[in-house]
Amino acid sequence: MMNPAIVIDVARLGKAFGSVTAIEDVSFTVHAGEIFGLLGPNGAGKSTTLRILITVLPPSAGTATVLGHDVVTEADTVRSLIGYVPQERAVDRFLTGREHLELLGGLYHLSRTETKARIDELLKLVNLEEHADRVAKTYSGGMKRKLDIACGLLPHPKIVFLDEPTLGLDVQSRLRIWDYIRQLREKGITIVMTTNYLEEADQLCDRLAIIDGGTIRVIGSPLELKTGLGGDSLSLTIKEHEAEKLPRLREGVMALPLVRDVRIKPTGLDILVESPEKSLPAVIEVAQRLDCSLDGVEYHRPRLDDVFVTHTGHGLRGGTPDAAEE
Amino acid sequence: MTIQHYKQEVLALTMRWVRRLSREKFSMLFTLVQPMLFWLIFFGSLFQRAANIQILDAPNYMSFLAGGVVVMTVLNNGLAGGVDLLFDKENGFLERMMSTPIHRSSVILSRYLFVMAITGMQILVILSIAFVFGVRLETGLPGIALILAIGMLFGVGLTAISMGIAFSVKSHGDFFSLLGFLSLPMIFLSSALVPLSAMPGWMQVVALVNPMTWVIDAVRPLIITGWDAAIPQVALAFVILAIFDAVCLYGGAKAFRRAIG
Repeated sequence: MMNPAIVIDVARLGKAFGSVTAIEDVSFTVHAGEIFGLLGPNGAGKSTTLRILITVLPPSAGTATVLGHDVVTEADTVRSLIGYVPQERAVDRFLTGREHLELLGGLYHLSRTETKARIDELLKLVNLEEHADRVAKTYSGGMKRKLDIACGLLPHPKIVFLDEPTLGLDVQSRLRIWDYIRQLREKGITIVMTTNYLEEADQLCDRLAIIDGGTIRVIGSPLELKTGLGGDSLSLTIKEHEAEKLPRLREGVMALPLVRDVRIKPTGLDILVESPEKSLPAVIEVAQRLDCSLDGVEYHRPRLDDVFVTHTGHGLRGGTPDAAEE
Repeated sequence: MTIQHYKQEVLALTMRWVRRLSREKFSMLFTLVQPMLFWLIFFGSLFQRAANIQILDAPNYMSFLAGGVVVMTVLNNGLAGGVDLLFDKENGFLERMMSTPIHRSSVILSRYLFVMAITGMQILVILSIAFVFGVRLETGLPGIALILAIGMLFGVGLTAISMGIAFSVKSHGDFFSLLGFLSLPMIFLSSALVPLSAMPGWMQVVALVNPMTWVIDAVRPLIITGWDAAIPQVALAFVILAIFDAVCLYGGAKAFRRAIG
């Protein structure tokens, strides 16, 4: 039986373009009313996954249902229930903001009066009333994004899909867009978004799936993912000329009871610990015993970066920055 | 999916093309004026005295050329008909439209309606300009209606080719190279500018398999000769165009389905 709280159910989804596998064995569920993020570098497969869910790309394997409707066999029903906010460049430079919304009103089969009322409402929501009758080529990046969001909301969707909602925006616009997205959640709308910004995923998403190389590496709330790493970590830096002592230092630190994992960096160690307060003295003692001169010690709570690195084996930026989506 | 919904979608999408055109007034002017200015007036005047009337079998070169310019306009509009969809495909607007509950064909139909309306208007303008330059239509108003019908029928296949290429190419650079490669040879290797009898032998052979030639040879007698000569040519053109359109629509639909999924 389907859990009523599950609004999207993706099971073993796969997509290949010719001999290139874009995604493989992707499974996840999205719960009603949450902000669900697909986090990954460019080319990871998040956009492909999103495009299958909005029914514009047929999967090569597996199934996906949106509000209980299959995205392939009941595509038309799915389309009438969702809103889609594509990346910023998908605006018609020659149409005004209002004309974009009027066009979509026609495509969603709203009556003229309904469309008109809805447009006024949405322009107010995204603060575009003053600019509604200017052609989109005069819009700033932030204004285009607002228009996109208004377009995505026009059909009163139950679920809104956003593709990289703040890509290339300045900090202020980004914060405003986050605000809109949170407002949508307050209205009970479920949000599915892709992003390659760790900060965005951390701040905005209730749950997220880290996707890399076409497969999902881990799913959970940002907090769960961070605590899943074993809590806090210590970062030791030692004097440069003593770098050859690092492997021995690592062994010594590994043997300590409160230490979960140790990774060697060029100039020191990253140590995952149960409790930094208790393990710090022990770690320093080991360093002294092995005659390592420490240059510095810091400790931090894990950030989403650490989660990402742990599950993908590389940093988000260091991933595949040049690989385009498909 | 009801007829009512379908009409609403197609109307909304067609309105978009019209609005876009009205925003690009400069480009609209050039689209409308270029064929008659360049081909009909410049080319027509240039060859008015150089052309041999006996070979042309027409009162003068301008009246000979008028039919060719009409069909060239259909050719250029048709082959360019997919350009806007190509840009929509590239910038994601097509995907935005495809994520809405519209019938997949309404985007295509809206494009057809728009291209056909523009082409029809252009044909009328070209025939009016030709009139100003002394070209009198032998078959009168019914002839104009028939010329429009032939033009539309040819445009259907050409626009399908254009959209098919638009949905198949990797980049718009490829599209425009392919378009440039297609359009001028189709004009020169047809009866648009000179009659087949004035061409070198190998060119005649190529021109005979060019559908342009058959369309022009149906339009031209409607302008310069009259019904008796025109009717068999028009009938033949309809048969050829039916086959041409069927092939082009089949290919175009295949490319569209491959791109849209």
